[in-house]
Amino acid sequence: MKITRRGFMKATGVGAVGLTLGQLGLDLSPVEALAYGMKIDGAKEVISICPFCACCCNVLMHVKDGKVVSVEGDPGYPVSEGALCAKGAALLSMHTSEHRLEKPLYRAANSDHWVEKDWDWTLKAIARKVKDTRDRDFKKFNDQGQLVNRVESIFQLGTSQMDNEECTLSHQGLRGLGVVHMDHQARI
Amino acid sequence: MSNHWTDIANADAILIMGSNAAEHHPISFKWVLKAKDKGAKVMHVDPKFSRTSARSDFHVPLRSGTDIAFLGGMVKYILDNDKFFHEYVAEYTNAAFIVGKDFSFSNGLFAGFDKANKSYNKKKWAFEMDKDGVPKRDKSFKHGRCVLNLMRKHYSRYNLDKVSSTTGVPKKDLMNVYETYAATGKRDKAGTIMYALGWTQHTVGVQNIRLSAIVQLLLGNIGVAGGGINALRGEPNVQGSTDHCILYHILPGYLAVPRAKWNSLEDYNKANTPVSNDPQSANWWQHKPKYLVSLLKGWFGDNALPENGFGYDWLPRCDDNGDYSYIFLFDRMYKGEVKGGFVYGTNPAQSAPNTNKVRRAMENLDWLVVGELHHTETSDFWRRPGADPEKIGTEVFLLPSAQRGEKEGSITNSGRWLMWHYMAQQPIADSKPMGAMVVDIMNAVRRLYREEDGVFPEPILNMDWPTDYNPDQMSKRNNGWFTRDVEIGGTLYKKGQQVPNFTKLMDDGSTVSTNWLQCGSYPDSGNLAKRRDLDQTPMQKNIGLFPNFAWAWPVNRRVLYNRASVDLSGKPWNPAKAVIEWKDGKWVGDVPDGGWPPLDTGKGRYPFIMHKEGHAQLFGPGRMEGPLPEHYEPMETPLTTNPFSGQLSNPCAKQAFSDADALAKPGDKRYPIVLTTYCLTEHWCGGGETRNTPVLLEAEPQQYVEMSPQLAREKGIENGDVVIVESIRGRVEAVAMVTIRMRPFKVEGRIIHEVGMPFCFGWTTPKCGDAVNRLTPSVGDPNTTIPEYKASLVNIRKADKVTEL
Repeated sequence: MKITRRGFMKATGVGAVGLTLGQLGLDLSPVEALAYGMKIDGAKEVISICPFCACCCNVLMHVKDGKVVSVEGDPGYPVSEGALCAKGAALLSMHTSEHRLEKPLYRAANSDHWVEKDWDWTLKAIARKVKDTRDRDFKKFNDQGQLVNRVESIFQLGTSQMDNEECTLSHQGLRGLGVVHMDHQARI
Repeated sequence: MSNHWTDIANADAILIMGSNAAEHHPISFKWVLKAKDKGAKVMHVDPKFSRTSARSDFHVPLRSGTDIAFLGGMVKYILDNDKFFHEYVAEYTNAAFIVGKDFSFSNGLFAGFDKANKSYNKKKWAFEMDKDGVPKRDKSFKHGRCVLNLMRKHYSRYNLDKVSSTTGVPKKDLMNVYETYAATGKRDKAGTIMYALGWTQHTVGVQNIRLSAIVQLLLGNIGVAGGGINALRGEPNVQGSTDHCILYHILPGYLAVPRAKWNSLEDYNKANTPVSNDPQSANWWQHKPKYLVSLLKGWFGDNALPENGFGYDWLPRCDDNGDYSYIFLFDRMYKGEVKGGFVYGTNPAQSAPNTNKVRRAMENLDWLVVGELHHTETSDFWRRPGADPEKIGTEVFLLPSAQRGEKEGSITNSGRWLMWHYMAQQPIADSKPMGAMVVDIMNAVRRLYREEDGVFPEPILNMDWPTDYNPDQMSKRNNGWFTRDVEIGGTLYKKGQQVPNFTKLMDDGSTVSTNWLQCGSYPDSGNLAKRRDLDQTPMQKNIGLFPNFAWAWPVNRRVLYNRASVDLSGKPWNPAKAVIEWKDGKWVGDVPDGGWPPLDTGKGRYPFIMHKEGHAQLFGPGRMEGPLPEHYEPMETPLTTNPFSGQLSNPCAKQAFSDADALAKPGDKRYPIVLTTYCLTEHWCGGGETRNTPVLLEAEPQQYVEMSPQLAREKGIENGDVVIVESIRGRVEAVAMVTIRMRPFKVEGRIIHEVGMPFCFGWTTPKCGDAVNRLTPSVGDPNTTIPEYKASLVNIRKADKVTEL
């Protein structure tokens, strides 16, 4: 039987809770079953990537009943070989953090507090702001009379937290609106 | 990175400069230590002693903002002592090119300077051409105006005495680094340079990096295993998001943004498509029109037609020299010219320079949309300490974002590996991925433009825009497909088929690809970013290439410019660590930079295919402030004169000039101390996410300032005292950390102190401190407008009253 490096990492991972070397022997599947004999018992394993530096350490997210219950470094990623730094190791708590926003919030002009809104109201209200500002400030020509098709009073900052597929849409949408004030973390 | 993370293990020498890799890219250091275990020398050149220094062979502290002086001295050492790799330099770089008679350099300025516009006429720096329009070369290096000789002259001024008295580095420490690193100028040795924001965030940031590239080219370290210029990119997908260019000045795939003077697609192509008369130059950017039209075809679908320039006619255009980056965005916002906008996953009220100004500028907005995981100093700017919400009229929409494990998609690591991550759980409550926010908001805008009259609705309504956010579909589109049946080179590609790679992209509308760099990542066989295969040939395994794990742009090439790792006959300079090799009529190893045979067959192409001339640019005639890096002091400097010339600071540096943008005078006695800023292992950038994570906040709970015992004594400050750090723009409270990690510098015969501060603490986390960037200035590099966070001037005193901590 061939123990893959990945399987070995899993197996040795439970060495600490009492697995003997003999059990590493012939059949990997019972080892894996034992390996998951804790809070990740029966959990589905999903590959994700740490959202901090561009080492992009792959992580294994263990999912039970539709919830992530554990996050650990992925030994199959050749760069990290299963390691994580302090931030990556805290990834689970970042998903479950009580500080996270759960609903769209709105702060009215001159108000001192937030109010919860639904997405439908929020999207309509934002679209209204975008259209009114764009229609009012759109510049067809510059001072030299050259065609410029742009709106300078609307901006976007961010973000390198977006996936490539999110970036591609973000860029397309902004150029479509005529936005030129666009920038992100590559510059700061 | 020109190379990639695991490749660092192949290096014989590692110069870490402008980076604290061990703390800020902890996993990268695994590969540094693997190299060290095999005998590599590791050097850390950085103002502060850190965990990177602790594991290096030697740490060399230098005064912030003097990297060009330091590296200029290394170039002089390499040239004076004949340490450069002659054959590589002669064949693959522009060292042998003859520069025109108009070029000159005198007292800190190159030929062609226009003082009024703070810019150069770069035509003065042009190469001399032969009758066919190909740059003249003298590979014997005898010509007085060949690049190598101009460099000898230019860097002759960078002698040890001057470099030492400018940088504050003792001469023996300079020599330690120069000798150890220059030893990699041999064909069987490789050195790598690892840098990060410690190099980019200066008004000479681009020239810092250019000079490191010059060092690497002189030593023959580009294209080889264990070599390269390796930017340790910070943010998780800052590589991918830069490739997608969510930046004002470029379109996806690093295509120039349209300018007002290019009125049509034809004008654009004419101005942006380089032409080479050298048959041996691949001049890869000659294909640019194909990449632009394929992008436009992706954006505007069936509405992209030849008669509207495939949609070019609808795109916004910038003016020449129009700068729409952070510094100038906030300057215009401060002046009331910007009315509304979007901030996704970034926290400018914390991380932009001169944040007092930024925070006040935001009060001028009518509306602001923030997509985030948490409340941040940006989303809640209207209730910050000292602000009166009743007087701030901005409407703010705060949109709850999904966490990483709640969405799928691809991100690109620093080594250009495109990797897929999967959704582990549904987004909590009403949160959603930012991609969904972008799609939904745009659809709501499109609905309004369909229902009502509006100004110039064409680009909005003609866009090929999805109903819902679908990452798989977008990934396919980034690769691209054929829009009709096409025959290329005898092969028939059917409409709807995925384009196999970017050599098949066309400029006639028959192909879609919303990022040519990603073309090849998602062929008909499937999404290669999902690959997890660790199999390698023995040759690939020898250097840890991992060609079957995920997919790297371009065309799965793992080491850029790898044809420079072989000689003219295709044999590796260093057979023990070969990247590619010409064997039995084909290349083996990595995917070569173009499949042409070796140069000595007469049918080859020069290896630096992205340059018009095919040669790496020791002499770089495209940069704003000169073709050769020159030392200039930071915009805020403790010196009153530049030891190298009469030009104190970068003559082309960018600067905002509002009433909130005061700068300390050169050698200002009120602000005599140099400040540098940084992240922490436990806190990420502005800290918005990590401060909301209790275990990380517990590990690093509070703003501090690191200072030397000598400075603390001078100021009467004890370790643990709360102090006020102030610049001409703002003040910050911090706990004094008196430590020998910071050392005074002996510069121009006197002592200059430097302090360091993490910039991750902000007021939304109670009693942890507030933005260090209240101290930093709105000045930037002339090529990139990256702000000068890493060198500004402050003073420091014991606090009389504490409010922030």
